[in-house]
Amino acid sequence: MVRRGFVMDFQIALLLGQDGITNGAIYALLALALVLVFAVTRVIFIPQGEFVAFGALTLAMLQSGALPATVWLLVGMGVVAALLDGGAALKSGQSKKLIGVAGWNLAYPLGLAALLAALPLKDIPMLAQVLLALAIVVPMGPLMYRLVYQPIAAASVLILLIVSVAVHVGMVGLGLLFFGAEGQRTPPFSDARFEVGPLLVSGQTLWVIFASLALIVALYLFFERTIYGKALRATAINRVGARLMGISPSLAGKLTFLLAAFIGALSGVLIAPITTIYYDTGFLIGLKGFVAAIIGGLASYPIAAIGAVMVGLLEAFSSFWASAYKEVIVFTLIIPVLLWRSLTSRHVEEDE
Amino acid sequence: MKLNNTLLAAIGLAFAATAAQADINVGVIVSATGPAASLGIPEKNTFALMPTTIGGEKVNYIILDDASDTTTAVKNIRKLITENKVDVIIGSTITPNSLAMIDVTAEAQTPMISMAASARIVEPMDDKRRWVFKTPQNDAQMSTAIVEHMTNSGVKTVAFIGFADAYGEGWYEQFKSVAEARKLQIVGSERFNRNDTSVTGQVLKVMSTRPDAILIAGSGTPAALPQKTLKERGYTGKLYQTHGVANNDFLRVCGKDCEGTFLPAGPVLVAAQLPDSNPVKKPALEYIAKYEAAHGKGSVSTFGAHAWDAGLLMTAAIPEALKKAKPGSAEFRAAMRDALEGIKELPAAHGIFNMSPTDHLGFDQRARVMVQIQNGTWKLVQ
Repeated sequence: MVRRGFVMDFQIALLLGQDGITNGAIYALLALALVLVFAVTRVIFIPQGEFVAFGALTLAMLQSGALPATVWLLVGMGVVAALLDGGAALKSGQSKKLIGVAGWNLAYPLGLAALLAALPLKDIPMLAQVLLALAIVVPMGPLMYRLVYQPIAAASVLILLIVSVAVHVGMVGLGLLFFGAEGQRTPPFSDARFEVGPLLVSGQTLWVIFASLALIVALYLFFERTIYGKALRATAINRVGARLMGISPSLAGKLTFLLAAFIGALSGVLIAPITTIYYDTGFLIGLKGFVAAIIGGLASYPIAAIGAVMVGLLEAFSSFWASAYKEVIVFTLIIPVLLWRSLTSRHVEEDE
Repeated sequence: MKLNNTLLAAIGLAFAATAAQADINVGVIVSATGPAASLGIPEKNTFALMPTTIGGEKVNYIILDDASDTTTAVKNIRKLITENKVDVIIGSTITPNSLAMIDVTAEAQTPMISMAASARIVEPMDDKRRWVFKTPQNDAQMSTAIVEHMTNSGVKTVAFIGFADAYGEGWYEQFKSVAEARKLQIVGSERFNRNDTSVTGQVLKVMSTRPDAILIAGSGTPAALPQKTLKERGYTGKLYQTHGVANNDFLRVCGKDCEGTFLPAGPVLVAAQLPDSNPVKKPALEYIAKYEAAHGKGSVSTFGAHAWDAGLLMTAAIPEALKKAKPGSAEFRAAMRDALEGIKELPAAHGIFNMSPTDHLGFDQRARVMVQIQNGTWKLVQ
């Protein structure tokens, strides 16, 4: 390394701070999703990051005018889910349920594929492209829960974790197949730039920060004010008790995965104009969200969000001071946090 | 259990059958998945374009993917040697895998042609590396081209931003030694990761040293991120990239932020712009035509051309070796090695091979050109 008198002046500190907060906002969203999924279903959701990559790359494919291959994955997952659920409905003689099953799992993906094939994808407004990308990627969340996690919902945390690793590896492989090895970037939502003192803030940065804040507020309202939000909270606090109160665990699981997939895909859409996204980018972003979630003990939303901003800032400043060791510094953070957590918190046996 | 035994017997028979034929078996190892996939995929595609008969003998290509993983590469080469009884190995895509394969290939006395860049694959020449050849230019040749171009255009201070891996480190070492010899001052050296979502810190630090030029050492589209951030932060000096970015995806991702960037590259990148007198032009254009016919216009990359060159070496050596021995024998493999080492003035897509017992790459300065990005395309710098 070459050493010279590098001065960290106020402007550089501000720029790094801005960079750290932007990244931190994304980590915060992912951390919230991880905490939510773990609280409701006890799944440590490693594929969370893959939704970021799938969301961003699906949008990039839409913008290049190609039919995103992810839609066929959605169709495939829908067909398998329809077979499973339809078979179960027939067996128990509830033929009325069949319509719902077929509607959600077959008609929706196929209808979406037909819509995509009919639309001039390249020329429609960006907002429509974003909505379409979300419409493709987000339903994969509940379908994934139905196909992968619901059959083993009662398994131990360790087994759920191992299955998560398998899903992650599978999704990365599919990502390479769908999107190719090279990275993609999408055009920014707005070309606006604002001068705040010595800082030049790009419109996209503001989009990321405000969208994250809005989503956090919306999640808060969802959990506090709506019946479904309350049902999820009840499941998170006491799974058996919630079930006795008539809250279906599979509904809670699907709803959670819907939210997690939405948060992931939206994060991807938000950061795709700032950075280059690859089929395997999601893992590292998700992992940093995971560090933040660990800081929050996989239980506290506010601490996880603060932890995420901390991770973002630490990353920005360490990339200035010691770029070669940036990841080492960020991931080493987890050790003192775990030490402190294990010293201060009372150990609770998990009831399984 | 019974079924298993039947299955095993069937598989055994199948292998016995392959080994019994007198065809030439070529074992290929590419990194078609994992971090090096953007290099490995065009290489893999290239093998489908290679001749299926050479010197009147049928040639079988057995292509395995090492997932950019060293352990898998070693496992694959052992499999190719013991089960498929290959006569020559081509692979792997990346340096760590190729280095790990040297021991195995030397032990089995099977010639190997690597498609990875590092000079350490064929240098220093020893008993093991006798069996190893490679087709990509050494980094030293490329960094000399960059330093020459810098000093010729009046650059005095330069900063370096590279991958935080063997690629970036290797480039830094090479570049530093050449730059110091030419009195070029390196004022900053930063690292970033392939998957980083932000390089603002590194860029700010490098810019605070006010260098005349910045060299970015990354491969493929990830190398676009520092360049875009530099432009966003208002850097106006000269920018250099390495030949690792020489594919069209890089131009697509980097867009207008890469206008004016210089890089050294194999001549195949700008084959159509080469003068007709250049002996590289014909094989380079031939490769491009074949590849684009199969995979569409603009799909060709310089990485695939390294595989093509390995194929040309093999095609030139096989007729010589066939004069001495039958394929599938140790004598044939040794004859193959000798024939490869004896190749002289063989024009290929990336340069002209002149092998010798001490030089198993055989490229000279005809194997590199300086290229500038203009209007979103590669332009040969005269």
